Amino acid sequence: MSATAKPKNVALFVTCLVDLNRPSVGFAAVKLLEAAGCTIVVPKAQTCCGQPAYNSGDKKSAKAIATQVIRAFRGFDYVVAPSGSCAGMIRHHYPELFKDDATMMVEVGELASRTYELVSFLHDICGYRPENVRLETTLTYHDSCSSLREMKVKDQPRALLGSVDGLEIREAEDREACCGFGGTFCLKYSEISESMVDTKITNLLASGAETLAAGDLGCLMNIAGRLKRRGEKMKVLHVAEVLAGMGDTAGLGEGEN
Amino acid sequence: MQVTSRHFKEGAHAALHDKDIQKAFSKVKGGFPVARAKAASELPEFEDLRDAGRDLKNHILENLDYYLEYFEDQVLLQGGRVHWCSNYAEARDVILQICRDADARTVTKGKSMITEEMALNDFLEKNGIEPIETDLGEYIIQLAHEYPSHIIAPALHKTKDQVTELFHEKHGKYGFTERLTDPQALVNEARSILRDKYVAADVGITGANFLIAETGSTVIVTNEGNGDLTQSLPKTHIAVSSIEKVVPTLEDASLFLRLLARSATGQEMSVYTTFSTGPKRREDIDGPASFHVVIVDGGRSDLVGSDKQDLLRCLKCGACMNHCPVYQAVGGHTYGWVYPGPIGAALNPQMVGLEETRHLPNASTFCGRCEEVCPVRIPLPKIMRLWREQAFETEVTPKPERWGIGLWAYFARRPALYRIVTRIGARTLKTIAGKKGRIVKLPLMGGWSSVRDFPAPQGATFMDQWKKQNRGRK
Repeated sequence: MSATAKPKNVALFVTCLVDLNRPSVGFAAVKLLEAAGCTIVVPKAQTCCGQPAYNSGDKKSAKAIATQVIRAFRGFDYVVAPSGSCAGMIRHHYPELFKDDATMMVEVGELASRTYELVSFLHDICGYRPENVRLETTLTYHDSCSSLREMKVKDQPRALLGSVDGLEIREAEDREACCGFGGTFCLKYSEISESMVDTKITNLLASGAETLAAGDLGCLMNIAGRLKRRGEKMKVLHVAEVLAGMGDTAGLGEGEN
Repeated sequence: MQVTSRHFKEGAHAALHDKDIQKAFSKVKGGFPVARAKAASELPEFEDLRDAGRDLKNHILENLDYYLEYFEDQVLLQGGRVHWCSNYAEARDVILQICRDADARTVTKGKSMITEEMALNDFLEKNGIEPIETDLGEYIIQLAHEYPSHIIAPALHKTKDQVTELFHEKHGKYGFTERLTDPQALVNEARSILRDKYVAADVGITGANFLIAETGSTVIVTNEGNGDLTQSLPKTHIAVSSIEKVVPTLEDASLFLRLLARSATGQEMSVYTTFSTGPKRREDIDGPASFHVVIVDGGRSDLVGSDKQDLLRCLKCGACMNHCPVYQAVGGHTYGWVYPGPIGAALNPQMVGLEETRHLPNASTFCGRCEEVCPVRIPLPKIMRLWREQAFETEVTPKPERWGIGLWAYFARRPALYRIVTRIGARTLKTIAGKKGRIVKLPLMGGWSSVRDFPAPQGATFMDQWKKQNRGRK
């Protein structure tokens, strides 16, 4: 359905981490969405979804930032984010934030219903499959908690990765366990976070995969940062980079090739 | 019970460096969760039962006064007594008075979290009455003068070697002088001591998993049969329960029984499910001469009608802690009050105060696994977030955290200014990182750098690059 149907008018929610830390994920998302027959707009007035404030209990700031997002993303068929966490914030937590505000709720509910995580959007809504994409590697996919439990992203990335030539998926043990990132959690409770990410890394390495991919940059920065600290060689990429044929980009925490 | 939740971070540090604790709690994830997943998958209607359980609990909580009074009427009709206690002190006094009326010197106890809440054992001891825990795990931690680290496996933190030493030290007075290492031999030794205690006890105190309104029955589930002996051998049986344990009918209890053991241990049913309805009747072979139900509020009625009412659906199965990566890392005692894990993080602030317990709802990644497995679908992460909001509003959240979020939000609310700050930030971080592509020591971010390197930004921000490509149309 992708090429011939009317193009889908998609607003890209870049996410603050991709904007600041890894723009290549944003460009991978654009490439994939265009290949899937979407027209892309990147609304200027976006910064972050507000999750750091929301999860820290600062409801007032969270609402102010959410209001900014709601305004900036009016009028598109879909809002797509290369992150289950940010998409989950808009889809599930904005309605919670504004539940006592009947006027806002109309718009919030409408925005929530057309907000998607990138990979599940490509798979479920666009029916997209990568063609002529090649990456010679063994890869393990980490299910980020928000993607998995809030956005129900589980089989879609595996299905799309399955269409990448030369790529072999090696599932890790306990793959649905949290990596210990948790936003400000990893700063405030760093020792607990360390224990959690070490458990995760033990399982990832045991899979024998050379490459790790996931759909959320927060988890990836946490895991990659710990892998580097431990001197491990595993290459870390966002799943969008792999799917968009950008698998030769330097992994997280690696210098330029 | 003394609250030590304030020292959560220090406790976590100690637990993370304690080999025995790490060994004990890292085993949790390969045990209970695996068994639960199997049990849930073998019952096709399990997810529907969870919905039904949630809805029924909600109905009960909306009509709590009605069902509690109905329950009381039925207990009275059966010849028992109900004692209403608004707080722990009242409950302790009522229980002590019943024990004194029975001229009690020793009481046997079945597992009960509400009596942990009110520190009943210490109170009875101070008043010259010896309480003896009969659940093996509870017995072990009573001997060790500790408290439960898990709500259904209270001695989870103890290694077999520790139990060997404990029994060797404490059981000499009963004539057991051999140092046992075989688990079955240890169980047998405890069992033979407890058998005598059951017969000698003047009062048996149990908790209650359910109070059944239509019959006036109390229900307890155990895997050891200790509950049966505790409540049927002594002349007096006291069942202590919190207010939210009431269910309308026997049929309703069976719904929750189908959820409870599967969620807790992965069993279809606990080995023993014991119903107590009034004292011994003339035609009964055994049973207590007097039957008391002590119903304790202990702050729970404040939850009714609040935004955290969902907490009162809890069946005390322990599934949330079994699946919690934070609990698995730091163990139960770190939480610093009766309830560990996600349910403790959501409930303890209500029970003992947010200021004391503020770390608990914060020490979560919101991974959502607890809510995913809760048999009555308590939205635990949501309730933890409500506590975070309350802590932020009442300035329980420390100032540096509040200011940090405030400063970040100031920029996040101003996209044009934010662009400038992120542009400078990304370039600076890339420069610091140099060719390595990562930063070992990140300024002002000790929490990050103590554990991980920081993967450096690629350079220009996405928004700047997008604009440069002249694609910024809106």
